[in-house]
Amino acid sequence: MFAESSLNVRNKRVQNLFRILFMLMTVLLVVPVIIILGTLIYKGGSIISFDFLFTDPTNGMTAGGIFPALLGTIWIVAVALLASVPLGVMAAVYLNEYAGDNWFTRLIQLAIINLAGVPSIVHALFGVGAFVIFFGFGTSILAASLTLAIMTLPVVIVSTRESLRAVPQAFREACWNMGATRWQTIRRVVLPNAVSGILTGVILEVSRTTGETAPIMFTGAAFFLPFLPQSVFDQTMALSLHLFVVATQVPGVPEDLPFGVALVLIAMVLIMNSISIAFRMYLRGKKKW
Amino acid sequence: MSDTNTLSQTAALDFDRRNLDWYIDKIIQALVFIAGISAIIFIIGIFVFITIEGFGFLLEDFSFREFFLSQYWEPSDEDAPEYGILALIAGTASVTGLAMIVAIPFSLGAAIFIGEFATGKTREFLKVLVELLAAIPSVVWGFIGLSIMNPLIIQIFDVPVGLNVLNAGIILGLMAAPIMTSIAEDALKAVPDRYREAAEALGATRWQVIFKTVLPAAKNGLLGAVLLGMGRGFGETMAVLMATGHAVNIPGSVFDPVRALTATIAAELGETAVGSPHYQALFTIGIFLFIITFLINLTADLIVRGIRKG
Repeated sequence: MFAESSLNVRNKRVQNLFRILFMLMTVLLVVPVIIILGTLIYKGGSIISFDFLFTDPTNGMTAGGIFPALLGTIWIVAVALLASVPLGVMAAVYLNEYAGDNWFTRLIQLAIINLAGVPSIVHALFGVGAFVIFFGFGTSILAASLTLAIMTLPVVIVSTRESLRAVPQAFREACWNMGATRWQTIRRVVLPNAVSGILTGVILEVSRTTGETAPIMFTGAAFFLPFLPQSVFDQTMALSLHLFVVATQVPGVPEDLPFGVALVLIAMVLIMNSISIAFRMYLRGKKKW
Repeated sequence: MSDTNTLSQTAALDFDRRNLDWYIDKIIQALVFIAGISAIIFIIGIFVFITIEGFGFLLEDFSFREFFLSQYWEPSDEDAPEYGILALIAGTASVTGLAMIVAIPFSLGAAIFIGEFATGKTREFLKVLVELLAAIPSVVWGFIGLSIMNPLIIQIFDVPVGLNVLNAGIILGLMAAPIMTSIAEDALKAVPDRYREAAEALGATRWQVIFKTVLPAAKNGLLGAVLLGMGRGFGETMAVLMATGHAVNIPGSVFDPVRALTATIAAELGETAVGSPHYQALFTIGIFLFIITFLINLTADLIVRGIRKG
């Protein structure tokens, strides 16, 4: 068509240069992490077995499995979810269905951003001051879970709010016109249409809660316990803290043991995140409106 | 006369919608409102509770000069305990600073590539990858610093110990980068397509569009992303505890071990008696951390909000 002017050629070259530069940056960001994950699998993969997952640590935690830590993490996560999911969903319902666009709502949003931004160790201090001492729960699953619940509350609020926002306004209006109250509309129309999106956020929260260490160190997770927790008022071991302990606190741990623990922890987190992402994509594809 | 009166009364009763559903609606509205303001309650609660626990120290042993200007953190010295956090601030600042040097160019570059160059499947794949990287727990990062980076640094730079500013800075940079990437990419996405189209219509090439149009328009959002990443690095605990070497020290080079504010609390809180000056001093550090991160988040929020209005 047209002959390329020298300016055009130069521009194209510059453009390609930048394209490659930015691609290189992306690759350089991602590749080290892939190498690191590969190393984790290479060094820790051999120790992972059925026994490793389902037996107790032995010999002062230098041998044996991780069962109490795995079970403890499940306890902590479950109790944290019981507290944060209802509260977070309700908060999101308030923000999306009731709150107006005013300074007060902005204040709430700022509080949510800050709740997510406060360092995890400060959440730990809060957990010690509030739940362990003031409310008298002692160092227990309950105190640890509540601390984590507050810390991860923004995850639930933000993701629930997104999925509530995705429900078309016309659905609500149709329901109101039938004479339904606000709550009836929310319960019968808005929430059922948003439930899968909310679930995606909950899975994300499970993953966040599983990996956190600092907030549970002083509120309910113990280095080592010879027994399994019987109620929420017991202490427990936890996988994330167990990794810290076997990596730094216990002498004479064989090299592959902490790698195995790290691998189990990271596998749990990444699998849950992948499920959440896959679920989100599936929903996006299925959306009828 | 009386007929119309009764008529309007029954009519009024007919229009009264306060049946059971109405009351349920009101109760739920109140409950949901309480949940809605819970975030505010918790933020205030965090501040109040850590202040209560640290209050004794602030009243008795706290001296502004010593706390912020002394580089000696010796709280367990029985005769003359010193509570100076200068070296700890230096530790946190050096590690966070190095992390930002690592993370800012790469995450902004990656955000530009994902947001402006990549298309279709590649873009989707990269976004998922970044999201997964952001999910890796901090204790795992700490372990990576301890067991993979540590021997690597000893080998490459021929230094006796590999747990230092360099190690923690790289680890923290890798941790902060995915978060900064996805926030920065959101900021780029927030730039309306008509800006790009207008620039392209004037004959601008892709990189001219990006540098002359998109980046200036997304400037505040990108700054917000950097600040939020910095906040994350600043408040990071486990990774810093495990990778810095944990020695109270004002670093002279990147190969010096340091100790961070957050890591100090994590390492020492378990060993102190509840209510002792040392315990209270740790909570005072907590108050300091809380205020700093609050300011960082507030600034980021104001900057990002600034573009939305503009």
